Amino acid sequence: MKTLAPIPHVDPLDPLALDDALDPDVRLVRDTVRDFVRSRILPEVGGWFEAGTFPRSMPRELGSLGLLGMHLEGYGCAGASATAYGIACRELEAGDSGLRSFVSVQGSLAMYPIHAYGSEAQKTTWLPRLATGEAIGCFGLSEWDYGSEPTGMRTTARTRGDGYVIDGTKAWITSGGIADVAIVWAHVDPQPGTPATGSDVRGFVVPTDTPGFTTRNIERKLSLRASVTSELVLADCYVPASAMLPGVRGMRGPLSCLNEARYGIVWGVVGAARACYEAALAYATTRVQWGKPIAGFQLTQEKLANMALELQKAQLLASHLGRLKDADTLAPAHVSFGKLNNVREALAIAREARTILGASGITLEYPIMRHMNNLESVLTYEGTSEIHTLIIGQALTGLAAFS
Amino acid sequence: MKILVTVKLVPDTTADKRIDPATKQLVRSGVETVLNPFDEYAIEAGLQLKEKIGGDTTVTIVTMAPESGKEIVRKALAMGADDAIMISDPKAEGSDVWGTAYALAQAIKKNGFDLVLCGTQSTDSITGELPGALAEFLGVPGITHARKLEVEGTTVRAERETDNGYAKVTADLPLLVSVTKSMNTPRYPALKGIMGAKKKTIAIASLADSGVDKPVGHEGARTELIDLVSPPTRGKGEVFQAADAVAGATKIIEFLRERKLV
Repeated sequence: MKTLAPIPHVDPLDPLALDDALDPDVRLVRDTVRDFVRSRILPEVGGWFEAGTFPRSMPRELGSLGLLGMHLEGYGCAGASATAYGIACRELEAGDSGLRSFVSVQGSLAMYPIHAYGSEAQKTTWLPRLATGEAIGCFGLSEWDYGSEPTGMRTTARTRGDGYVIDGTKAWITSGGIADVAIVWAHVDPQPGTPATGSDVRGFVVPTDTPGFTTRNIERKLSLRASVTSELVLADCYVPASAMLPGVRGMRGPLSCLNEARYGIVWGVVGAARACYEAALAYATTRVQWGKPIAGFQLTQEKLANMALELQKAQLLASHLGRLKDADTLAPAHVSFGKLNNVREALAIAREARTILGASGITLEYPIMRHMNNLESVLTYEGTSEIHTLIIGQALTGLAAFS
Repeated sequence: MKILVTVKLVPDTTADKRIDPATKQLVRSGVETVLNPFDEYAIEAGLQLKEKIGGDTTVTIVTMAPESGKEIVRKALAMGADDAIMISDPKAEGSDVWGTAYALAQAIKKNGFDLVLCGTQSTDSITGELPGALAEFLGVPGITHARKLEVEGTTVRAERETDNGYAKVTADLPLLVSVTKSMNTPRYPALKGIMGAKKKTIAIASLADSGVDKPVGHEGARTELIDLVSPPTRGKGEVFQAADAVAGATKIIEFLRERKLV
């Protein structure tokens, strides 16, 4: 007679045991980043958020773990898989979205374009220092008047002598005020009267100590407070011709970078959502009303069950996109599926988790409202949910609702 | 210089643990296996010595565990150890401290060593006996509970933690040192280390191939677990209803004074 196998254990924090499918080295990446977040970030991040600061030592600490540009090959980078990069983003964002944003910008928006499109000199000058966190990078695409429509950017680079003079203002730039180098996108020698298709857009590697380059931090934020957000002002900012990224022209350049960063977000928000769910679960099982833990009430159980369900679905989606990326078959529209769904659901989980904690949920004693506020930024940066909806719409119908 | 670090694979220290009353063994299903946290201090000590001494100094991990634990051992390689030796044999199951120390000693002797580093204890059985037994089987001096360790040439200088301070001791290589938590802060395996660890060797050997010529495991165990007794459940605490904060504080101070805690 066949004996009955014991019923497998269900871990409330990974109910479908999705992490069991991870390769051992990816699991090691997970454990490393999770330990770092638990011991270094969680005890302090509430204070950083409240004070609106990003610790100056953090880039080097992240660099020493090898997390900056970890998915790139060579030049001091670890060459990890897309899935490993995703797991790192997830565990970082379980700490704080600001922390993950720093890593995304450094690796995917500053290092990636240099790695993919840069000259050998640009690579050797910047990548090793950016990988250790000795140097900090930022990415200048958005402007005050041009967000979802980056092609309309006003920043220009005009030929002068052996180089270019860049003029323009970039807005909402993560790490801008602390950066050593900025990847700045600009129309090159625009001709008056020609329609702005963006085909004249080029990227420039601009050291932030270049004369004419100044920054101003954007204060009074209610979201991503443990992260630096800045305005970059380039006024008569002369750079040599060698500052231009030689390997790409047109909007494909910046959009390919965004696609990298958006992929990290698909994973990252799973971490933020998990942190909210964990906090709600722990609270519900210990908070007693009417003589029993509130987790024993049907309404709370429904909330927890739905949160766990969406969390696991988001994780499945992220893991699937990771496999596609590792197989080089990831399309931008695929990433839009992930970002649209996962940020939306992470925000919904954060809001639902808050209700379980009642008044306590609004304080910085618990991570939930901090995550919720952070996720409001994540919902609209790197492509708003509306833009991602339209990217999916175009992929499904073949008809572009915007250009 | 050949540095060997012994490690043990243990159930996740933060997980709830259960003993199977029939076998008197820890139930391991559903509980993740991790490197014994105490051993991470020994690994870190080995890596710091390697960085300091340089040259052809190597750090080799030694363990006795089922082959399924291979990927856990890889964490030590990701931290920076050069390679690992793993005794994996069904006949090793049920080994007590004597059997484990004996088997590890044979594998270590076979490999050759100058310095063997151990954690002070494991988080599962917590006997703390292995380092002493292993030094005995290796026939070398054992400095246990070291909080500081320096190697100069073949001379080892260490500070041993004692009940009321520490003792400065010196000894010559080859020898064994067990390392306490106050010696260092174990490093995180960095990404490059994790990627590099995939290419490092974990040599798996049977008991016979490791030179173990006496029965270990259940068969060779010199200790027998007779009974397991749960610690007495703590009684309910005293509850005082204080009229106000001053009365409450007074009561607490009285309570502590009675027990000579203040």
